[in-house]
Amino acid sequence: MTSTVPDASGHFGRFGGRFMPEALIAPLDEITRAWQEAQADPTFTAELDRMLREYANVPSPLYEAHRFSEAAGARVLLKREDLNHTGAHKIRNVIGQALLAKRIGKPRCIAETGAGQHGVASATACAYLDLECTVYMGEVDTERQALNVARMRMLGAEVVPVTTGSRTLKDAINEALRDWVASVDTTHYLFGTAAGPHPFPAMVRELTRGIGDEARAQCLELLGRLPDAAVACVGGGSNAIGLFTGFVADPDVRLVGIEAGGDGVETGRHAATITGGSVGVLHGARSYLLQDEDGQTLESHSISAGLDYPGVGPEHAYLAQTGRAEYRPATDAQAMAAFELLCKTEGIIPAIESAHALAGALTLAQELGPDATILVNLSGRGDKDVHTAAQYFGLIEEPVVLDEGTEE
Amino acid sequence: MSASPITALFDRTRAEDRAALVGYLPAGFPDKELSIAAIETMVEAGVDLVEVGLPYSDPVMDGPTIQAAADRALAGGTRISDVIEIAGRSAATGAPTVVMTYWNPVERYGVDRFALELAAAGGAGLITPDMIPDEAEEWMAASEAHGLDRIFLVAPSSSDERLAMTAEAASGFIYATAVMGVTGQREQTSSLAPELVGRLRKVTDKPVGVGLGVSNGAQAHEVAGFADAVIVGSALVRCLLDAPDAEAGLAALRRLVTDLRAGVER
Repeated sequence: MTSTVPDASGHFGRFGGRFMPEALIAPLDEITRAWQEAQADPTFTAELDRMLREYANVPSPLYEAHRFSEAAGARVLLKREDLNHTGAHKIRNVIGQALLAKRIGKPRCIAETGAGQHGVASATACAYLDLECTVYMGEVDTERQALNVARMRMLGAEVVPVTTGSRTLKDAINEALRDWVASVDTTHYLFGTAAGPHPFPAMVRELTRGIGDEARAQCLELLGRLPDAAVACVGGGSNAIGLFTGFVADPDVRLVGIEAGGDGVETGRHAATITGGSVGVLHGARSYLLQDEDGQTLESHSISAGLDYPGVGPEHAYLAQTGRAEYRPATDAQAMAAFELLCKTEGIIPAIESAHALAGALTLAQELGPDATILVNLSGRGDKDVHTAAQYFGLIEEPVVLDEGTEE
Repeated sequence: MSASPITALFDRTRAEDRAALVGYLPAGFPDKELSIAAIETMVEAGVDLVEVGLPYSDPVMDGPTIQAAADRALAGGTRISDVIEIAGRSAATGAPTVVMTYWNPVERYGVDRFALELAAAGGAGLITPDMIPDEAEEWMAASEAHGLDRIFLVAPSSSDERLAMTAEAASGFIYATAVMGVTGQREQTSSLAPELVGRLRKVTDKPVGVGLGVSNGAQAHEVAGFADAVIVGSALVRCLLDAPDAEAGLAALRRLVTDLRAGVER
């Protein structure tokens, strides 16, 4: 099914659009046109399908988590995006955009990254497709995720630590945009989530919607019917929009987005943008964001670096407003309890991002009861989070300090 | 409705056969009182039109100099109400004054409320670096209602169609960004700027200001050869950023503006 949103100017109701410097409008128009043409070109779509299948290990399996279900008190199915190449759903987006960059003749890609997952995926796709790659990463995050910095460099990418603002993901996006406005003739901005100016929210949705489309068919095959609810974690919202899009036309399937509740939304230390934020403009689109009375962006807080972002994609704002999807927070503590439960019942270490979706599923299971079937997008694997989790659970004594030096 | 202060200014500078000099400083930098003193110094030394920057947490169009100044202004507690007050103090010097702001603070404050309060303080309009006419419905209405000018940006990458559309939506003047890039001083003026202004002239007779990269009198003179206004920002901010104390900063500012002003005379 084709979506009815966004409209031709990239609006999802009152959300989305383009709040960008005029200098970037022509490049955004170019991407919009090229993407429309590419989608209609069987050579492009066949090539993309082949790459996803042969290289990215897509489609990912649907897995019935029996022991986790028993503990949850409802039937829980996991969409195993953690088994994709690079360990998360993000490979779907980056392969698609990198192939598009090739098509429009841009030899260089830039990307922003928070925890490093999108950066690693971008570096991977650029190595695979022979593109130059520069990744902007907040200095705070390069220190928290030194291993991912090394991974990106191993894959041939340049990693630029960003020292402005709060030195985290939002500042990495700012710096990538500053690079882009000066380099756009040769450079594609490989944006990492279903946010930003038009056409990124719609393009990233189309590139990730395989998650939901596959899961829908897999559910029908396994169950003979659709699940009662589809659950995904929401930071910027790419894995969630990818899952939801497959089910948005099925009114009986509840769509539930789980935001990062941090220490609890009531404490103010969270990243639950829709639950605890307000409508505004950030990074090129109107959506929900965390902001003060003057519209200054507030810092977000979450144990999950991948959800630690003060904005959210505009289609989620739209789905929340229309009531088609609901958004709830899971705190750090709830997510880590679900993390531990999945490790011990299934032998699967989830990404802490995905553990938020699992936490949401546990709550939902209590509400819906034992007859319910809940589909959860296990958007990524947790290898990258072992250190954070080990510290959280007190499994190691001292934080490991990697002597990387602070000056480049 | 009578001509806006900005339109009146360009009528005057055209009659004097020179370009107008536009100076940018962020509100609340280095602090509130000093930012007012700096604006007054700029105007005394020859700035014709003042851009008061609204410091914002995520300034994607700005290079390191203006980012650093905005960070300091925010760390010093600068609020939107301060920005409007400072714009009012600037306008009181007699120089038409606009606020340059990213869009979210205006949207959050309330577009109509912002326009109403800025107009009441004596402000002449807004420069909106991340708000294009395509998204500006509410701002078009509010600016009409409160008699403010709408200064939109155009860029070397803008199509002829977008130049015409943006010029049509704009009032006061059109802000042509001379380079593809962020704010900041550059060694040489851009070769893209004359071409961009030339393309604009074919679709509008509204005044055109050129900004991004101008930092001295010689560059200002070059830009004044083809533009109606020369816009300077980072170089002015640098005067205050680099100075050991306030007095030295204001003196450096006065010297630079004097040099720039000589440059815009043809």
